[in-house]
Amino acid sequence: MLTLTSPVETWAHRLPAGPKLAAVAGVTTGLFLLSSPWTLAGPALAALALYLSGGWVFARAGLRLLWPLWPFVLVVGLWHLWTADPVGGAVVLLRMFSAVALANFVTMTTRLSDMLAVMERLASPLSPVLPPRRLALAFALVIRSIPVMVERMDQIRQSWSARAPRRPRWRVLVPAVLAALDDADRVADALRARGGSG
Amino acid sequence: MERNLTHIALFAALIAVLGLIPKIDLASGVPITAQSMGIMLCGAVLGARRGALAVLLFLALVAAGLPLLSGGRGGIGVFAGPSVGFLVGFPVAAFVTGWFMERTTLSPMVAATAASVIGGIGVLYVFGIIGMSMVLDKTLGEAAFLSAAFLPGDAIKAVIAGLVTQSLSRMRPASLLSRA
Repeated sequence: MLTLTSPVETWAHRLPAGPKLAAVAGVTTGLFLLSSPWTLAGPALAALALYLSGGWVFARAGLRLLWPLWPFVLVVGLWHLWTADPVGGAVVLLRMFSAVALANFVTMTTRLSDMLAVMERLASPLSPVLPPRRLALAFALVIRSIPVMVERMDQIRQSWSARAPRRPRWRVLVPAVLAALDDADRVADALRARGGSG
Repeated sequence: MERNLTHIALFAALIAVLGLIPKIDLASGVPITAQSMGIMLCGAVLGARRGALAVLLFLALVAAGLPLLSGGRGGIGVFAGPSVGFLVGFPVAAFVTGWFMERTTLSPMVAATAASVIGGIGVLYVFGIIGMSMVLDKTLGEAAFLSAAFLPGDAIKAVIAGLVTQSLSRMRPASLLSRA
């Protein structure tokens, strides 16, 4: 399975994950304290500069990740034109752009394993109820199960198409959910046979 | 103990897989993604506690950088965007759906549909609307107006969640852990 980490190695890939996450959390909080489009242009330009510092291919991949925001840009843009408040619209859009772009930058420059390690560390105060080993096992189980389930969903859909002229609709979900429940039982047995989940 | 863990993990994977199904497949002609139905099913099938934990596990992997949200979105950026309220509301929605499912004695169809409407729409939209009004700097009323576009799709999903739950309980009554 592909992650959102950029295959283009940048300088930011070499920074540790924890401080990067703390920095982006701090900056995002700060963004909500700024309310002038001129001061908000700073972080937006900084985000663009960060993207460009990783090279052209990296910057284009980063901008593609921002594409799902366009419906909100459209709605907010039209709204503020309608209410004749373009400054307010610019503030909202610049803030949203900077926050999402900076957060995506951290995601693009941090490996999945490093990110999961940070989460396991953050969850360590919970270790009496949630042992770190069990959390790590849960992460691994989900990641392993997704491709298995995608493949089975395909098989279920194909067997439907082999029997019925109509397109498969919600009914294919029932065998998929049943299979997930069966898998859960079998994996639980297998884990128990190997000494439990720790 | 192991069974709890594997049910939570497998249903977290199910939410991800439901986000990958092509939009058009579920009902005729209405473009909806099945992901939020995964949230409803987590609550309706697994019950409140396990359902909410499955959703939290799914969100942790999304935040860690897996593109598992419908449309291939993921990373911590989605928690900075306008849909953050819906994401924060997901585990609560699954919990409330499961909570109602555990406490009613209605038939699985009616119970799961009603629980999905209360948890997966009512509770979820409260979180989603608050989040949207904060990120987009709109009043709650304006944000509610913007969110209303998703309402018809989510209503269909609640009914489908009810139908799936009913089929499960007919084929294998013991599979509804929320009613165990």
